[in-house]
Amino acid sequence: MEKGGLGLEITELRLGLLPGSCGPSLVDKNDKKRVFSEIAEDKNSTTEEKSTQTKSQVVGWPPVCSYRKRNSFQEKDHLKKESKMYVKVSMDGAPFLRKIDLSMHKGYSDLALALEELFDCFGISEALKDADNSEQVPIYEDKDGDWMLVGDVPWEMFIESCKRLRIMKRSEAAKGFGLQLIKGFPKGFIKDVTK
Amino acid sequence: MQRMACSFPDEVLEHVFSFVQCDNDRNAISTVCKSWYKIERWSRRRVFVGNCYAISPDMVIRRFPDVRSIELKGKPHFADFNLVPDGWGGYVAPWISAMAAAYPWLEEIRLKRMVITDENLELISKSFKNFKVLVLSSCEGFSTDGLAAIAANCRSYLHCRNLRELDLRESEVEDLSGHWLKHFPDDYTSLVSLNIACLGCEVSFSALERLVGRCPNLRTLRLNRAVPLDKLANLLRRAPQLVELGTGAYSSELRPDVFSNLSGAFSGCKELKSLSGFWDVVPGYLPAVYPICCRLTTLNLSYATIQSPDLIKLVGQCQNLQRLWVLDYIEDAGLDAVAASCKDLRELRVFPSDPYGPEPNVPLTEQGLVSISEGCSKLQSVLYFCRQMSNAALMTIARNRPNMTRFRLCIIEPGTPDYLTLQPLDVGFGAIVEHCKDLQRLSLSGLLTDLVFEYIGTYAKKLEMLSVAFAGESDLGLHHVLSGCEKLRKLEIRDCPFGDKALLANAAKLETMRSLWMSSCSVTFGACKLLGQKMPRLNVEVIDERGTPDSRPESCPIDKLYIYRTVAGSRFDMPGFVWTIDEDSAMRLS
Repeated sequence: MEKGGLGLEITELRLGLLPGSCGPSLVDKNDKKRVFSEIAEDKNSTTEEKSTQTKSQVVGWPPVCSYRKRNSFQEKDHLKKESKMYVKVSMDGAPFLRKIDLSMHKGYSDLALALEELFDCFGISEALKDADNSEQVPIYEDKDGDWMLVGDVPWEMFIESCKRLRIMKRSEAAKGFGLQLIKGFPKGFIKDVTK
Repeated sequence: MQRMACSFPDEVLEHVFSFVQCDNDRNAISTVCKSWYKIERWSRRRVFVGNCYAISPDMVIRRFPDVRSIELKGKPHFADFNLVPDGWGGYVAPWISAMAAAYPWLEEIRLKRMVITDENLELISKSFKNFKVLVLSSCEGFSTDGLAAIAANCRSYLHCRNLRELDLRESEVEDLSGHWLKHFPDDYTSLVSLNIACLGCEVSFSALERLVGRCPNLRTLRLNRAVPLDKLANLLRRAPQLVELGTGAYSSELRPDVFSNLSGAFSGCKELKSLSGFWDVVPGYLPAVYPICCRLTTLNLSYATIQSPDLIKLVGQCQNLQRLWVLDYIEDAGLDAVAASCKDLRELRVFPSDPYGPEPNVPLTEQGLVSISEGCSKLQSVLYFCRQMSNAALMTIARNRPNMTRFRLCIIEPGTPDYLTLQPLDVGFGAIVEHCKDLQRLSLSGLLTDLVFEYIGTYAKKLEMLSVAFAGESDLGLHHVLSGCEKLRKLEIRDCPFGDKALLANAAKLETMRSLWMSSCSVTFGACKLLGQKMPRLNVEVIDERGTPDSRPESCPIDKLYIYRTVAGSRFDMPGFVWTIDEDSAMRLS
């Protein structure tokens, strides 16, 4: 075998692997093949399973690119139903965006508490008890692109249509964001929290 | 001769150079003499950086001060198959910041497999006075908010910024809202190409209709799945000049009025040459495109779950087809029909409809590919997923099509032998490289020994990219390739028993290539350290999510290895699971 441009020392340094030097992880091609076919045997024994996801045990094989995987196979619809409802949440004054999974919460009060934890602030639940004087106004963007007060619609309707959340400063809202703040604001919120 | 070369005024030379566009030729021009180097570098308008870490943005800017078009590639190809962990790198941010300052007249940015954020997009939208083209191919890290920024700033009276092309090809975009499209100003009319096929959410349809209606030069429109079929006809009527169309979901209740409306709209598109999309196809609506089939040169049905008889009826009418992408639902019978009707075919891609199933679900075998090789004399490029192959078939294909330049075969089960003889497929692939003397790209699969690599090293003298998986027996295989393939630029290997010997013996070769990827092979950390120390112009990246390689014996194989040549030294943005070694011979974590 040629020694390339590096001289003898390189090839002499490397004498190949010491057998068994690091446990069961690999090397022999036959070992690899056995592993794969063992997996394949498992696959055959569970062909009743509908979910095709469990069948792809080897990462990245066959080489179907991830874009194609996301957009073609039947499991896509299956996955959608199980998928979480992550929405971005921004808070005026906070330098970062956070994400929250709406499907994890049971109602507006639950959401308010989660938002408080997320942003380490206590304004949101406060807002529900003393609406007019509260600093924070939680609003959300719905499917139609309109910004709405959180709490106006039933919870199920809310999580279906909410695209993202924003915790706005009341002063910002007053500047003409376009919202009309009602007295005793978010009625839904207040009802839930004071239960 | 040199005196003559310098006797032309600079402007004359610059004018002559302007006719030379190819990068290799321009590089050659720049080596003739100092004066030509100087003139060339000031007049180079287009730069292609195949690996964003091979050079730094500052170095590019220093050499080429007036660039108008840049193309950058980030992650290695195997990132497409989830082999590169999240956070590995490929961030475009430093490039955008540097170019925002240095290239105010930049017009085109093309990125592939890079990470681009909304902030980066905003910076692009505000920094370049004459920005025209943004192509994001398999990119990620941004949302529809970033697109809104691009749309909002696409036109400016002051700076004559006029966006022409926005192409999101297969990128992963966070869908916050479909309203980003509304940010295109009402007086913006310059759109030539829009590809939003990868977007998941509904875009504002009325905004889309108005946009399409007011851009008379629109020639490419690729819609996303969420655009329903009953809205397609209206869009087409507003853009009868379209050359390339990607439909949305191609399904709707079968209604004669919707059908005739659609069919009429298609007939009105006299320039249409390329069709794609066709998600969720209802076969009853396929005949709506029949009127334009004879003009089609490109047809992408690779998301269309339609069966062979419908596919045959459709493709049978496309006599001028040059490029066909289709699912294996086409079956061998369908490929026979293609071979008979599409005599101008240059490129065929057959994708698997059920890649994870243990059994073949459709009668698609090596026979389909053999038929195509017999019937389509211009065939140059093949990507074919199937479940059985024989040496005889490969030899036939090779003899039929010596003009082939790209041959990628994926036999779905690793290590599958010739199904007729149960032998390895070495001689079959050997025939491919022997007969197809201009072969540039090759992907192997099936049961293969070191012999196939000997054939490749011996015959594949023009080969530039090779992909190998579950193949070979020893370091000799890798050695054949590295020592024999003179034009090799990219080599990617997974799950092969190749170790240190061939790698170290051919270390110098690695500097002549763009990159080498090896995962789940037998390369040790010791060899990586040695290479890193001895080869300062290579970045040797050990990617291992199991923790520091020092915690395991030096002889223990590493998980993933990515080696690439660079003049920029080690990169500064490596995540915790990437280790690299420099001349200090101390292990360096980023």
